[in-house]
Amino acid sequence: MIEDVRRPGQPAEIRLLDYDGSLLGAAPMGVEKARQAMRLMLLSRATDERFIKLQRMGRVGIYGPVHGQEASVIGSAMALSPARDWMVPASREHLAMHLHGLPLATLYAAYLGRIDHTAVPAGVRLLPRQQAIGAQLPHATGLAWALKLQRLPGAVMVYFGEGAASEGDFHEAANLAGVIGAPLVMVLINNQYAISTPAHRQSAAPNLAARAIGYGFPGVLVDGNDLFAVHAAATEAVERAVAGQGPTLIECRTYRMGFHNTSDNPREYRADSEVEDAAERDPIDRLRLWLTGEGAWSPQVEAEMVAQVTTEIDAAIAEVNTQARPGAEAIFNHVYAELPSRIEQQRRDTVALNEDG
Amino acid sequence: MSELSIIEAIRAALVEEMERDPRVMILGMDVGRLGGVFRVTKGLAARFGEQRVADTPLAEASIVGAALGLAIGGMKPVAEIQFLGFTQQAFHQIGPQLARYRFRSRGRYPAHVTIRAPYGGGVRTPEFHADAIESLFVQTPGLKIVAPAFPDDAKGLLLQAIRDPDPVLYLEPQRLYRRIRGPVPNGDHPIPFGVSRMVRQGTDLILIAWSAAVHLCLEAAEALARKGASVAVLDLRTLNPLDVDGLVAAVRDCGKALVVHEAPLTGGFGAEIVATLQEEAYGDLDAPILRVGSRDTPYPPGALEDHFLPTVARVVAAAWATLEY
Repeated sequence: MIEDVRRPGQPAEIRLLDYDGSLLGAAPMGVEKARQAMRLMLLSRATDERFIKLQRMGRVGIYGPVHGQEASVIGSAMALSPARDWMVPASREHLAMHLHGLPLATLYAAYLGRIDHTAVPAGVRLLPRQQAIGAQLPHATGLAWALKLQRLPGAVMVYFGEGAASEGDFHEAANLAGVIGAPLVMVLINNQYAISTPAHRQSAAPNLAARAIGYGFPGVLVDGNDLFAVHAAATEAVERAVAGQGPTLIECRTYRMGFHNTSDNPREYRADSEVEDAAERDPIDRLRLWLTGEGAWSPQVEAEMVAQVTTEIDAAIAEVNTQARPGAEAIFNHVYAELPSRIEQQRRDTVALNEDG
Repeated sequence: MSELSIIEAIRAALVEEMERDPRVMILGMDVGRLGGVFRVTKGLAARFGEQRVADTPLAEASIVGAALGLAIGGMKPVAEIQFLGFTQQAFHQIGPQLARYRFRSRGRYPAHVTIRAPYGGGVRTPEFHADAIESLFVQTPGLKIVAPAFPDDAKGLLLQAIRDPDPVLYLEPQRLYRRIRGPVPNGDHPIPFGVSRMVRQGTDLILIAWSAAVHLCLEAAEALARKGASVAVLDLRTLNPLDVDGLVAAVRDCGKALVVHEAPLTGGFGAEIVATLQEEAYGDLDAPILRVGSRDTPYPPGALEDHFLPTVARVVAAAWATLEY
């Protein structure tokens, strides 16, 4: 009478690029685009290294590295057309945001405490980072609904993790998206850990992609360290959305190589051997092997590219350093369209105190 | 001028704004074909289509969260939460998201959203349907809170709410929905926020209230008048922004004040009013400002709500104590 629907392995994890860099299916992009992806992945990893260093020097409050998740972040973002599609980030998709149009200096301004320089520039179809886990999901559904209502072209891509998939907002957002047939691509980056809590403590299900069935739209499980698999799935999902075929859930199964953030010590909750195993599946190594096999990569090419992204990072940080540090009045900016008189008085008092001091 | 109930006044504002601006839309549970559980949106789906008057799944957080996304995408959504008590199931989408989105995005994404929610006691509703939890939202910078008590204010403040670029929580006094009718000016008369309204003149004492409690105060003032006291009633109309100048001026005239609200007493918005008046008008006060609120208990079953809510008798007793101080 009761049928067990927990078919393990369903859906199967899709992989197009194997650990040794050999193709298991058709490559969804050519050599030139793969080199662009490689550049972004290297930029992402170099950003991690730089900001961890700056945090250790006391110049950055807290930083959460992307290390290990680069193929999920960049392979998905590369499926969007920035002039047409929207991106709704969580908080660990730095280079996706940059690729979608956020200047590097604006991205870094947030870490360096320059509040008024963190705004997404006009015309860039990107929402701010979201620190309340999963809370961005209903916003993305609403935004996709707005596109559909106004018959605007485009898709909305929203990022979240396996921890966020435990939140009620995930369920409500996915359910509503299914009901209205929203042009939404839900990219679930399953990095195996929500701070210290492993994925098997988030859900007893063998995968999270299959949840899509319960919302009436397709779900797909991909190897999140395989740039090609992520990109192929995301491209198809964006095409479905733009064609009016509704939402898609993509679970990218990856591994958070670094700590949750600079305040975290993963050795307290996971074995080094587990991390070493995961390092064998590194997304950058895999793409490097393929590009090398295609004759489109060499240590010299990589060294040049690393030097290039280092220069980019230096320039962006230098730009942030020229930005004025926020003054006291910044806390009153953008609270309301116009400050009510009581709060305007508080603003004047705060500014006056600051000037006296 | 038309004689309208509060329900008709709210509906008139919705219709006029939807006709004026194609980006205005309604979303919520049962708002479409049924017209809402109170029929506030009756006929609107037929008139404007089910795309613009959209039934949603039964899920408050996504109603508010999607409304924010709709606003970012260019719409001006009016989200109905069936009862204010159920905003608790959307709480994390209101304060930390809707109210802060302008701030977080440094002005790039104003949250042009109105949330309508009926509330208040006296109609023997099931649990959560009457809870007066407005003060939970007062500690939410970025969110405006509006609480009309009369049909003309209901319409004018809703017109303003829908046009206001900041998110607005618009509280509807369900007890008064059909009970009172009043003159509502025809045409476009939005009412600015942060301006209180003296709804009864008096010289001995001023009763300060909003939403349905204003009518309780009017009844109490009438009873007090029969015993020779001249009692004024001030309707705040909006809690945020708060009309500090109006409050101070009113107390300056009378010298004595009493605050009445349906929320439980402790930590209710009455405390904020009393604190504000002792800061801003201490020298004009001739007596301590008392508060009459609901009891500090969970909202009881309907059969017991008269023991919980403020009553005319309790307002009159507190008023006499103040007058005789």
